[in-house]
Amino acid sequence: MARKTIRVGYLSRVEGEARLEVTIRDGTVRAARLAIFESPRFFEALLRGRHYDEAVDINARICGICPVAYQMSTVHAVEDAFGIRVEGPLRALRRLVYCGEWIESHALHIYMLHAPDFLGFESAIAMAREHPQAVSRGLALKKAGNEILARLGGREIHPVNLRVGGFYRLPRRRELLRLVDPLERARELALETVRWVAGFDFPDCRRPYTFVALRHGGEYPFNEGRIVSSDALDVPVQAYDARFEEYQVPYSTALRSRIRGGGHYLTGPLARYHLNADLLRPVARQAAAEAGLGGSCRNPFMSILVRAVEVLHACDEALAIIAGYEEPDRPAVPVVPRAGVGHGATEAPRGLLYHRYLLDDRGLVEEARIVPPTAQNQAVIEEDLVAHIGDALDLPEERLRLRCEQTVRNHDPCISCATHFLKLELDRA
Amino acid sequence: MERILVIGIGRMERGDDAAGRLVVRALAGRLPPVIELREETGEAAHLLECMAGRTVAHLVDACRSGAEPGTIRRFDVSAAPLPRRDFELSTHGLGLVEAIELARALDQLPRRCLVHAIEGECFDLGAPPSPRVAAAIEELARRLEAELTAGGKADARNRSGS
Repeated sequence: MARKTIRVGYLSRVEGEARLEVTIRDGTVRAARLAIFESPRFFEALLRGRHYDEAVDINARICGICPVAYQMSTVHAVEDAFGIRVEGPLRALRRLVYCGEWIESHALHIYMLHAPDFLGFESAIAMAREHPQAVSRGLALKKAGNEILARLGGREIHPVNLRVGGFYRLPRRRELLRLVDPLERARELALETVRWVAGFDFPDCRRPYTFVALRHGGEYPFNEGRIVSSDALDVPVQAYDARFEEYQVPYSTALRSRIRGGGHYLTGPLARYHLNADLLRPVARQAAAEAGLGGSCRNPFMSILVRAVEVLHACDEALAIIAGYEEPDRPAVPVVPRAGVGHGATEAPRGLLYHRYLLDDRGLVEEARIVPPTAQNQAVIEEDLVAHIGDALDLPEERLRLRCEQTVRNHDPCISCATHFLKLELDRA
Repeated sequence: MERILVIGIGRMERGDDAAGRLVVRALAGRLPPVIELREETGEAAHLLECMAGRTVAHLVDACRSGAEPGTIRRFDVSAAPLPRRDFELSTHGLGLVEAIELARALDQLPRRCLVHAIEGECFDLGAPPSPRVAAAIEELARRLEAELTAGGKADARNRSGS
């Protein structure tokens, strides 16, 4: 059997070590395997025996791009176990932190990782030479998100101010008001981003995804909601394990997810938008309509446009939260540990992030389970690759490889939060 | 007037990766006050922001090139890019190499930009700097103090004469 291997040397716009193997017979794709061969990191085992407050900061280390998501899912799961509700301005501040993370993470994804694909550049650096204004806009947007994280989280990467029950230190109102000018400017840049991205040339594509996201009646979801799907699933977060399962494939170190008794599903911007578009801030809804998005989008290449709409939403939401902020009388609600199981799910920039903890009566972690969006989306990414390669087999191999990389970046630049290789193997009989 | 910045890059908790930041800490109080010292994790967008408006930047970082641990190397990146393979330790896709090249592409690179790299040996979580790297940290601090104190004095003379 003839085997042809194309080695992709250094792929700087995807994080994670992965190999894509494609089997082609009679001109059609028979199989595609997205194999993550990077070592597992054992965070769930590392958490055992740790105090719940330590777990919050340990989990921040899972991802340098979206540490807040890991911290938020942790605190919500622990609070679920302890029977704590965090309401009012503390809850609003948590949403504000999440706005910061979405802005900085989405700006990075849009401008540094994904846009070069659409404009024909090998990297953001090459793109910057031809489109300096666009890249500067992306950097300014990212900075606005970082400023929120620095102000509320104590620092921009791996924040240290989030805790079970609330915060360690509360921001004064005047401190938050200093964010208003940069965020108003960021909102303008976000609107420009939507219009800029809307002008990209998107491959024609419509995928039959099952979308899964949080939905919360009153707001576009960050850190609260029931788990809902485009197939009418609607369950509380506590039912995640009953409705979804992880499984292993022999060729990949990363676990995958599927709906029990069902198929694979997609989380992330396309899913959130499909299930929550009516809850976007009016300015974001209007921009989406002007960009031609409609109420749903099943074209994975257009995820960059949904991401841009979400950045605009997050900027506007952040300004609304700051405008309504009244300093709480205490930085955190009282926390009394009790033995039990707690579940938490929040919307990381890349999708649903589920945590479950079994805690003892001192609040030490006996068992931890973390299901990141990347793991949930992996099977769908593989299915997308099969679909797109099938349509593109006649392309020169270099362009075919780029199309494969772009297909991964449609969903996730962060295959397993580490280094940077995608090796493509084409097996043509 | 020159606007000079020294940035120490790295993560304190990752063994020799802290080298750049430790050099900057060692320089505290040893340089003319006109020279700004900063510590950064190495995230590209942030590095770019730090360098904005500066005319001279000294970036101090750990690297892993296969050389003897503790080896100090100096790259004038005003003229040519960094060798990417030696600086791939960032936890993000975008690190020092990207920051410099983005700054160059956006015409924001300081007129004089130097990278001082200390070859690391152990990047384990929680590890202290290894002995040869610890020695290199002090040696590089001495070299930078000599270079920048001379420059800073010259700069101060220029200002007093104007």
